[in-house]
Amino acid sequence: MSKARISPLRSSFVHLALAGYTVVALFPVVLTILNSLKDKNAIFRTPLQPPTAETFSLIGYTTVLKQGDFIGYFQNSLIVTVISIFFALLFGAMAAFALSEYRFRGNTLMGLYLAIGIMIPIRLGTVAILQGMVATGLVNTLTALILVYTAQGLPLAIFILSEFMRTVSDDLKNAGRIDGLSEYAIFFRLVLPLVRPAMATVAVFTMIPIWNDLWFPLILAPGEATKTVTLGSQVFIGQFVTNWNAVLAALSLAIFPVLILYVIFSRQLIRGITAGAVK
Amino acid sequence: MSSAISSEDTIGIPARPKRWHILVFLLPAFIVYSAVMILPLIETLRLSLFNTVDGQSTFVGLHNFQVLFGDERWAADFWRALKNNFIFFAIHMLVQNPLGIALAAMLSIPKLRLAAFYRTAIFMPTILSFVIVGFIWKLILSPIWGITPFFMDLVGLKAFFGPWLGKPGSALIAVSLISVWQNVGIPMMLIYAALLNIPDEVIEAAECDGITGWSQFWKIKLPLVLPAIGMVSILTFVGNFNAFDLIYTVQGALAGPDGSTDILGTLLYRTFFGFQLQLGDRSMGATIATVMFLIILAGVSLYLFGIQRRVRRYQF
Repeated sequence: MSKARISPLRSSFVHLALAGYTVVALFPVVLTILNSLKDKNAIFRTPLQPPTAETFSLIGYTTVLKQGDFIGYFQNSLIVTVISIFFALLFGAMAAFALSEYRFRGNTLMGLYLAIGIMIPIRLGTVAILQGMVATGLVNTLTALILVYTAQGLPLAIFILSEFMRTVSDDLKNAGRIDGLSEYAIFFRLVLPLVRPAMATVAVFTMIPIWNDLWFPLILAPGEATKTVTLGSQVFIGQFVTNWNAVLAALSLAIFPVLILYVIFSRQLIRGITAGAVK
Repeated sequence: MSSAISSEDTIGIPARPKRWHILVFLLPAFIVYSAVMILPLIETLRLSLFNTVDGQSTFVGLHNFQVLFGDERWAADFWRALKNNFIFFAIHMLVQNPLGIALAAMLSIPKLRLAAFYRTAIFMPTILSFVIVGFIWKLILSPIWGITPFFMDLVGLKAFFGPWLGKPGSALIAVSLISVWQNVGIPMMLIYAALLNIPDEVIEAAECDGITGWSQFWKIKLPLVLPAIGMVSILTFVGNFNAFDLIYTVQGALAGPDGSTDILGTLLYRTFFGFQLQLGDRSMGATIATVMFLIILAGVSLYLFGIQRRVRRYQF
């Protein structure tokens, strides 16, 4: 491993290429945030300069916070995301436990059935989902979104968690059984705490598509009271196309929470995607 | 092995009590998943065979599909959306995945300094929502702001700048490249992980045989990460044929200019929901969703039964 395999010349080429692409990846976001803190003249005259004392202005942010109910949108997104993840993890872990722990007729079939959703996107059922939500009076409620996102998160949660649950030692569970623990106690008190790292990975995976989704909020809950942050900023920015301060500020407001979470959880996320290959 | 266990199950413990807890563990997930995902999917497929005749929902067989494929009001839009969707997918396969492989190959060089930083930074756009990405790029490519012409001027290409998102000839390519910019992190990470999982002995053996550098990448590493590349391709396929958000954000529901960026997702939205003067049509919406389902199903089956089984896997 420690042999010098790469000449200094090649190594600098590699750094040049990677640094170049890093700039391409970061530049648009940095540009947006920098310009959201400037006044209108500076946005157009010197778009590439960071805000200075003269050009600094929060006019965009004050417009956005006055006009749109961004706090309300955040609340909606937060409620929907947290509750959906909670149920997807709880129900997913329970089903994963049943599939990995017990041998019963139809086990494989049930596993396959629950895995269909990994590949077939839930969006294709939208026509009938909307019909069902209309019939049950759930249109324009957060409950509709929570139901859809829980269902959307379940297949991958079950798949990943059952892989992890197979690694929990049988001896431990059998010791629990001999001590008189019920199957439920074995699941909640022995197995769940042991698969906590996998639960965190699944949570991060499930969170991103839910937080960022535009399709279902647009179709199932477009009302003002139930708008999520993604839909809210989409509608808001669409109205303010000509007010560049407001647009840039709204974009920055939508970026910040995701960016902060990413900085905190990036290691967890990347480790999850690469299945532990990256330490 | 399995027969021994099952005979033990049936003979050894003849009167086992009903194991209700299995049902309790499975039921919540099964109910939510079936009620919100599988049944609506089946119902959507069923609806595609029905249409409203004289105010009543009537079974019309494959008539909706005939209309979608052949009727002059529908067919032009549908075939264009399908063609655009294939172009959208082709650009991802030709740009996003090779770029992802190249970035992964560079990142996986042992003892590369700053690798963790590059990795985190390049993956960042992937976690942003399509809405943010769409609007940011709309601003950057806008001739009003002038960021892009400024940069093109720096390299002396200003003459080639155009309002790409506004021209029918270039809009689809521009939108696809924005999507590539956002999603390149996924192939990069998956292939990066596959590259890191190649054991050192294999690489050392190659080096003993004098295979290094480029030829090592082509002859040793690339064949070993083919399963990961297959997986990335099918993920790209499913994602692309179900895409909607980015195009809706950048070009609106009409997927302009002049429908040149219309793909199946936006066509489904307009058809099912209606837009401006067009009324929503449930049956035709279900028909388009069914076509999308069949395309995705065909792709996934081809992958599972055709490609995934044939790709040679190496056990280390």
